[in-house]
Amino acid sequence: MSYEDWFRQDRLPHIYCAGCGNGTIINCTLSAVDSMDWKKEDTVFVSGIGCSSRAPGYIVTDSLHTTHGRALAFATGVKMANPRLHVIVFTGDGDLAAIGGNHFIHACRRNIDLTVVCMNNQIYGMTGGQGSPTTPRGCLSTTTPYGCAEPAFDLSELAIAAGANFVARWTSYHVKELERAVKVGLETPGFSFIESLTQCPTNFGRRNKFRQVQDQIEYLKAHSLLKVKRDRMLEQGEAIPEDMYLVGELMRRNRPAMGLPHTEAKP
Amino acid sequence: MTRTEFWQGNIASAEGALAAGCRFFGGYPITPSTEIAEHMAARLPKKGGVFIQMEDELASIASVIGAAWTGARAMTSTSGPGFSLMMENIGYAAMTETPCVIVNVQRGGPSTGQPTMAAQGDMMQCRFGSHGDYAIIALCPASVQEMYDLTVKAFNLADQYRVPVFLMADEVIGHMRERIIVPDTVEHTGRPTFVPGTPPFKPGSGLIPGFPEFGKGYGTHVTGLTHDERGYPCATNPGLHATLVKRLVDKIESATDALADFDVINPDADKVFIAYGAPVRTVQQVLQDHPDKKIGFLRIRTVWPFPGHALALFRNARRFIVPEMNLGQIAREIERHTDVPIKSVPKIGGDLHTPAELASILESGS
Repeated sequence: MSYEDWFRQDRLPHIYCAGCGNGTIINCTLSAVDSMDWKKEDTVFVSGIGCSSRAPGYIVTDSLHTTHGRALAFATGVKMANPRLHVIVFTGDGDLAAIGGNHFIHACRRNIDLTVVCMNNQIYGMTGGQGSPTTPRGCLSTTTPYGCAEPAFDLSELAIAAGANFVARWTSYHVKELERAVKVGLETPGFSFIESLTQCPTNFGRRNKFRQVQDQIEYLKAHSLLKVKRDRMLEQGEAIPEDMYLVGELMRRNRPAMGLPHTEAKP
Repeated sequence: MTRTEFWQGNIASAEGALAAGCRFFGGYPITPSTEIAEHMAARLPKKGGVFIQMEDELASIASVIGAAWTGARAMTSTSGPGFSLMMENIGYAAMTETPCVIVNVQRGGPSTGQPTMAAQGDMMQCRFGSHGDYAIIALCPASVQEMYDLTVKAFNLADQYRVPVFLMADEVIGHMRERIIVPDTVEHTGRPTFVPGTPPFKPGSGLIPGFPEFGKGYGTHVTGLTHDERGYPCATNPGLHATLVKRLVDKIESATDALADFDVINPDADKVFIAYGAPVRTVQQVLQDHPDKKIGFLRIRTVWPFPGHALALFRNARRFIVPEMNLGQIAREIERHTDVPIKSVPKIGGDLHTPAELASILESGS
């Protein structure tokens, strides 16, 4: 099979704008899923609301497109009620970190056996470009017309602090790395969180001096700092530039997880 | 064979759920419903089921809906403030036709109100609380026995009609203890059968589609967006939206007669009490105290959809007297169905109506 076999062909064309990075992330995710040798009937995609959350509608498996921010709570019910199912959640920065922030930290804390792919475009794309919890300070959006005054959330750091077993961050430029990270996430028991920064030319790029789609992809590439490199710089006492996104595998551990098949809760 | 127990109402509801085959409970602690969650936490793992305490009531009902799609009978319990938080996903359950059971052990509101005191202030909220048009089923127990029996019934109706079903209890019924007859087995109605290869949201008998359980290879897309019979979003198609939402309402309202559950006492009476939930107990006492007076009593268990046709059974009625532990929510609904004058007897604060209070209304003639 190939990742294309996972698409619901009769739903195409999709709603994503020209130049959107979500398709790249969906392809990387489905390629990783395809490499797992899973049956479609054992795989469920869950999402909330937003551009990212439309993804399950284009996938042939059972899929649950839920309410804004609540995808992880729905997914928790699916997984706990039938641990045999592989449950993958698509979400975005607004869905996950603003309205769904509480569900996010508690799903990490429970370390429930889900794989979460977050398309972080740093903006509310679906509703026309409002500032989100990951909009960088100073950036323009329709609700931050004088520049975002708030500091941005580091979603991966949040997932690590809250207890997730596997955390990785890449960008829509790093397609091979992203696919590999999703695959490790799918293989790792417990909560796996894969964040991908991505371009939103329609609502982020055009307001923030990225005149072409590739300008923003190049920016994400140029502002990615590999974790191994960052660690080396720290060892050597070098200063870490502030505007860099730390990328790579940020956490892999084996804390006790919930929702695993063939395990019984300890009394 | 049956057995006799002496149970608290909330425990009876939890045991009824277990007997009905509930295998998933997602909940959050809140007075005065917490005993249900605690009991399920202790009992469900031993039955091979799952109890999970979620981070809030938004998540509780979300987890219940997720579990329901895997085929599990699933429930949650709560009270006023938690019920308010659940409204968003109750609408989602209605739109996606997800079978689930929600127990609301009502307390005094609005807001934090009276956590330990009884009320019936959420009767309109359970019918209309989420945005948009939809319909649900709501059952009101008036005894510990009915906490059990109506919980079983709630699961059957949720499956049969693919709709959220509410057990609208109150603090008095939830916390009272009395004798209960526990049956060996209970009735079990399954979900409507899904025919593989057919559109998953194409309505079948009774306007209800078959249930395409997750994990069977049906590949169903479930969305809260307006969707066509394939389950695909079609949110800007006016006709399709109207057809879908009218069906969601019609599948319940057209079944009003079948869903009706009420007792008629002294149908020839001219003064007729109408009650549901805890006030039923006071009315029963009044009838017992005045056996010679031939007082009419319509005692309702299925409050939504409201059994308006039951009112006509009291042919000589000159007044319907409606004691409620709210400011007259169902009295207003009754008005829609009859020309007989209504005497609403609202009482809030947490105390039950006393038999003397209701008897004095009979005497006053007003």
